[in-house]
Amino acid sequence: MTRRSTATLALLLTAAASFRVHAQVTADRLANAAREPRNWLIYSGGYFSNRYSALTQITPANAKNLELKWMYQAAVAGGWQTTPLVVDGVMYLTQRPNDVVALDAKTGRVFWIYRHQLDPTQIVCCGSNNRGLAILGDTLYMGTLDARLIAIDARSGRPIWNTKVGDNTAGYSVTLAPLVVKDKVIVGVGGGEYGIRGYVAAYDARSGREVWRFYTIPGPNEAGFDSWKACPPDAKPYCDSEAWKHGGGSVWVTGSYDPALNQTYWGVGNAGPDWNADQRPGDNLYTDSVVALDADTGRLKWHYQFTPHDRYDYDSVQVPVLADITWRGTPVKAMVWANRNGNFYVLDRETGRFLVGKPFVKVNWMDTFDERGRPHQTVQPAGQPTWPGNQGGTNWYSPSYSPHTGLFYVSAWENYATIFGGTPVEYQEGRNFGGGQNRNYLPVPGAPGLPGLRRGPINNWTEAAATGAVLALDAATGEQKWRYPMTDVTDSGILTTAADVLFTGGREGYFHAIDARTGSLLWKASLGAQIVSGPITYEVDGKQYVTAISGLSLCVFGLRE
Amino acid sequence: MRAHPLLSCALLALALAPARISGQAPAAPPGDYAPADIAYGSGIYDAQCTTCHGANGDGVGGVNLRSGNFRNAITDLDLGRVITNGIQGTGMQAFRFDAAELAGIIAYLRNMNSADRGSAKLGDPARGRALVEGKGGCLRCHRVDAEGSHVAPDLSEVGALRSAGSLLRSLTDPSSQMMPINRPVRAVLRDGKVVNGRRLNEDTYTVQLIDDQEKLVSLAKSDLREYTILTTSPMPSFRTTLAADELADVVAYLLSLKGR
Repeated sequence: MTRRSTATLALLLTAAASFRVHAQVTADRLANAAREPRNWLIYSGGYFSNRYSALTQITPANAKNLELKWMYQAAVAGGWQTTPLVVDGVMYLTQRPNDVVALDAKTGRVFWIYRHQLDPTQIVCCGSNNRGLAILGDTLYMGTLDARLIAIDARSGRPIWNTKVGDNTAGYSVTLAPLVVKDKVIVGVGGGEYGIRGYVAAYDARSGREVWRFYTIPGPNEAGFDSWKACPPDAKPYCDSEAWKHGGGSVWVTGSYDPALNQTYWGVGNAGPDWNADQRPGDNLYTDSVVALDADTGRLKWHYQFTPHDRYDYDSVQVPVLADITWRGTPVKAMVWANRNGNFYVLDRETGRFLVGKPFVKVNWMDTFDERGRPHQTVQPAGQPTWPGNQGGTNWYSPSYSPHTGLFYVSAWENYATIFGGTPVEYQEGRNFGGGQNRNYLPVPGAPGLPGLRRGPINNWTEAAATGAVLALDAATGEQKWRYPMTDVTDSGILTTAADVLFTGGREGYFHAIDARTGSLLWKASLGAQIVSGPITYEVDGKQYVTAISGLSLCVFGLRE
Repeated sequence: MRAHPLLSCALLALALAPARISGQAPAAPPGDYAPADIAYGSGIYDAQCTTCHGANGDGVGGVNLRSGNFRNAITDLDLGRVITNGIQGTGMQAFRFDAAELAGIIAYLRNMNSADRGSAKLGDPARGRALVEGKGGCLRCHRVDAEGSHVAPDLSEVGALRSAGSLLRSLTDPSSQMMPINRPVRAVLRDGKVVNGRRLNEDTYTVQLIDDQEKLVSLAKSDLREYTILTTSPMPSFRTTLAADELADVVAYLLSLKGR
């Protein structure tokens, strides 16, 4: 080899290395996201949605040396629920209402911002929330509050295509981070408080063309339609024999995917109307269920309904966490799930078979399960409290599963109850279709109730209304291994790492590093505003970083050098 | 807990602090409305509503407020919404009432047909003020505008925050109305120093309070040997020490405290 050819080869190798650094995010990379922990390629960290990273630079021993490396301030007020993606040193994240920001993951300096102009008629129940992005190739995908799906060039921030997912004037929206599976972008629709008929839909990643759609409320002649029963002769006048048309079943948190089974799993939200269940006789499938769909066709493979005929707004939109565990001595491809209804579940994710059901907080809406996992419901008398309350024992915020500890970690609201009361409500397009007058269960009449969505700087409801905790549960049994109590409730997601460090926030504005094995506090920082999203971790130039979003601030921490 | 002398003095309830009121709670069952709320609401009704609705509630054609059936409202929440927002395209305007006033009006509307307006009286605010500042000794712990102590909750706008019924119960059964945030706390530091105070805010690791010397104190729980939150109000009941008329006078005065 000549000196010139050696130089040329070196140049080519350099170029190849450089290319590798900026390589496209292929479907193969997504399927193997766990093998490149320096990046965070999918909303929940990987298709199994474990929010678990193999990075080990930050350990229980050195977590006390964490320090702030950089901050990014969003300009728009309101809860910031997004999970960033990190791809080869570039961070992509959404901010209210539907902006996308690309920035240097090492310094926080911005490359570009894309701003989607929302249709002013967009209708959302609970704030201008967006939970993040998906990526495939060099294209980012974002769902919008006005129910569109937009493909965006990851290098320039320019839109590539923009397709309609649903009718925003009827209350449809997309607030979740899309999930890319092979050549498709999968999203679900929000709007469970507006009498929508929910669905999960897949779009061709190149063109934006809809490929398949699975309605979470089955129509006539479809399996499950008989769970929407006709009104009996003695029914109340507001009973609706066509309730399925406005049956809810929103899908507002990202699902999971098992490449080996080619099944994609999605949690389905509450039935509509939320609280007056007498208007919709029957179990109301597939509300409050998990559905397993063929990723190529959207066909239903199996379902499990957590809360049949829900009268409590117990959305089952929690992230389906996939884990290969040993259950009663047998290896099982499992799905582990802490539900808003206060129960922890283990299901066989190949078949949907019910394996475990066990309360992780106080529960009095049901008492036992039959062998198929159907709960025996114990509706409380009028005026009496139901545990857990309307916001649930947990909610949309991401749990974590650590294969290293075998524990499942969840943010829980403890000792929290609501006095439910259903009232008749007539469906009107685009109008709230809640059908309830609920009250916080309060220790002192007239005392401030626990705010469902936001808190101010003063905790004036205190421990008397509810408290929060991170619970570590045995993923195979639901047995509590440890509990990290908080004075206020927590809406924060959870991250664990192979070094057995657990990161989480809370409404009080603290960002914690906790020993994932024991539940002891390793380090904390007071960030000043509630943390309502999930932390992620990534690596740039050999240094591990961890994120926390508090109020309007994205804070990124690393070890002191 | 051994009560500090200042805390054991005759003081108005720690319970008297910002809170949502019963009138905003949905669908209270009939009979759940405090006579003091009904009485307070009747006075506001007379002043604000009779021009259109008349003293008997039937002054608007096709509307009879005494019937207990409201065309645009099923629950108390609905009633409050109608009063606060008005009804577009009709003569029903939007009213700006504070929470105590709204609670009173709703209580009165719910009981218009049965309320004996002679039996529940609000009392005289001027006499109530004299009681608060004199015989009741309330300002030894509470504060109204620039007068009094900071040890117990400030009452300067309690009339906009608490319903009449809640205020009366605060005077006769203080612990039942004490807001959880106002609970007295006792902290013992590692060196044995004891801090007694009223809680202002709390999180997992710290607590903020005003101590019995009226100082703002922030404590790290990790520095404490003991930390106790008490559920009994240090305020005495006035059930026997004030006559019924005097209690009504004090409630009338407190309801007049709307802040600045």
